[in-house]
Amino acid sequence: MSTARTAGLAPVAPSPAQPRPTRRERAGKLDAAVSPYLYVAPFFLLFALIGLFPLLYTAFVSVHQWHTIGGEGAFVGLKNFADVLHQRFFWVGLRNTVSIFLLSSVPQVITAIFVAAILNANLRTKTFWRMGVLFPYVIAPVAISLIFGRMSAQEYGLVNYVLGNVGIAPVGWHSEPFAAHVAIASMINFRWTGYSALIFLAAMQAIPTELYEAAIVDGASRWRQFWSVTVPQLRPTIILIIIVSTIGGLQVFDEPLLYDQEGYGGNDRQWMTVTMYIYELGWGNQHNFGRAAAAAWLLFLVVVVLALANFAITRRIASADSGPRRKRVP
Amino acid sequence: MTSVPVTAQLAGKAAARRAGRRGGRGLGVARRPGARTYVVLTLVLLVSLYPLYYSFLLASADAPYIAQHPLPGLIPQGRFLENVRRVLESGIPFWKALANSTFVSAVSAVSVVFFATLAGFAFSKLRFRGKRGLLVVVVATMALPSQLGVIPLFIVMARLGWSGHLIAVIVPALVSAFGVFWMTQYLDAALPSELIDAARVDGASLARTFWSVALPTARPAAAMLALFNFIGHWTSFFWPFIILDPRNPVLPTALQTLQASYFKDYSLVMAGVIMTTIPLLLLFVVAGKQLVAGIMAGAVKG
Repeated sequence: MSTARTAGLAPVAPSPAQPRPTRRERAGKLDAAVSPYLYVAPFFLLFALIGLFPLLYTAFVSVHQWHTIGGEGAFVGLKNFADVLHQRFFWVGLRNTVSIFLLSSVPQVITAIFVAAILNANLRTKTFWRMGVLFPYVIAPVAISLIFGRMSAQEYGLVNYVLGNVGIAPVGWHSEPFAAHVAIASMINFRWTGYSALIFLAAMQAIPTELYEAAIVDGASRWRQFWSVTVPQLRPTIILIIIVSTIGGLQVFDEPLLYDQEGYGGNDRQWMTVTMYIYELGWGNQHNFGRAAAAAWLLFLVVVVLALANFAITRRIASADSGPRRKRVP
Repeated sequence: MTSVPVTAQLAGKAAARRAGRRGGRGLGVARRPGARTYVVLTLVLLVSLYPLYYSFLLASADAPYIAQHPLPGLIPQGRFLENVRRVLESGIPFWKALANSTFVSAVSAVSVVFFATLAGFAFSKLRFRGKRGLLVVVVATMALPSQLGVIPLFIVMARLGWSGHLIAVIVPALVSAFGVFWMTQYLDAALPSELIDAARVDGASLARTFWSVALPTARPAAAMLALFNFIGHWTSFFWPFIILDPRNPVLPTALQTLQASYFKDYSLVMAGVIMTTIPLLLLFVVAGKQLVAGIMAGAVKG
């Protein structure tokens, strides 16, 4: 009986009049006890092989000398970590990654909230507009990178040409680190802003009408309603999107890799990200899996630290919003 | 490969459900917006559509035209098919890449949906020891950056002799923690426990109950999961780039080879971009509505 209660369904109550469970009932009980494990087993077995094991093994590789083709060597303790931390390109990569991340997350959240606010109006052909903002999502990041890379070519590129027509000097979209970060962040924003906007839209539609009614009774303008009702109510969604984009954004690889033909992140690595650096350590000239694994763990630590920091910051910003209006972040 | 903090995710779902019940935004906002709103929306739409159209414009032009027109005219030049032919003759195995991408994405979609629904059924409707702990493991894995495990995964694939073979891309794509979480959430809300009890009283085995009761109920959520998964694997680059051979590519890695070999030939590269994107454009036309609904119901990027 106890098996039936802890495992399986609400027991298909055998009537007390029956003295002994029939064979079929016993089979049913066994079924209820064992089947749930069988159902979750495929996921966990595969996950153990392709998820959990590699994760733990990364730690093992990171404290060994390990050549990409030659394989495992001597135990070296934290030497790989020290080596990575002493390489200039690791820090360059970290700077680039954080910069691209900031340029893609903050403007994206702000734009997405505004787009969502517009989509939340009582529009005609709602679905059409919603599909319209989602469109870039079906273009692969590698394809977006090729398109944007061409648009922001320094000579004969569309962006510099248009800027030239309004009297702005050509920008070094590839040569200048910051300009390159802006270009790469734009690719990420292009693909994900509409997606984020739809998530915000769903959250906006769930805000209780009474809150707006109360605001209107208090004489709040629409703008004021937006800042004092909508934005604070979106708090959990803002936190969600920031955390997800922290984890994803810090691993950015496809867009910067295809931003030029060589794929090293520029002559002076001005747009090389940490993941590109891990790739270079492991599969590039160094052929050093030990260092690559160490760099992967360091990146993981950065992700955890920044995710927690973002969580704390977003919580503060979003809860402070009900007070006097804050300055908007540009 | 999806990362979602759970609580907020739950908030999102509940939010989406409540949203479904409500119509407009209530008092004073239910009226139709003015022309200004549509002008802004049209601008947003143009930003969203132009880059791909721009690449089509380049794909239908030739080198001298591109060199002379940094801002291409809005009418295509008419050389698109010629550029497509040049891509097919460039030595990039385009058809093979197309077949590989289709195969990987389709197998992954079917497998993820099946295993996720199976596990979701157990997690949402069955009682067993250790359920809570296992579910926590599922959720925790969603937050792990996938790049972290890439080196050992490569070592494992090399040992198995799978490097360069499609199976090395397929196997890691067979299950998804997000999928399990998504189906658990859905079945928890959509599948009445009484229905399962009824099937059990009628003497159906659990497997039978899963097949005839849970699976049909799960269909809408399963379709969305399949869609997002398909797109995710169609566009994914990092792992195939590491493990596959340029002679046996998927579409994104074929595109990378195309760019690396013909960087200066923009019309050729852009023709490749359009060719890799067309299948998903068709999918978007057919299933765009479901994608919008899926995102608004809580599917989260990953």
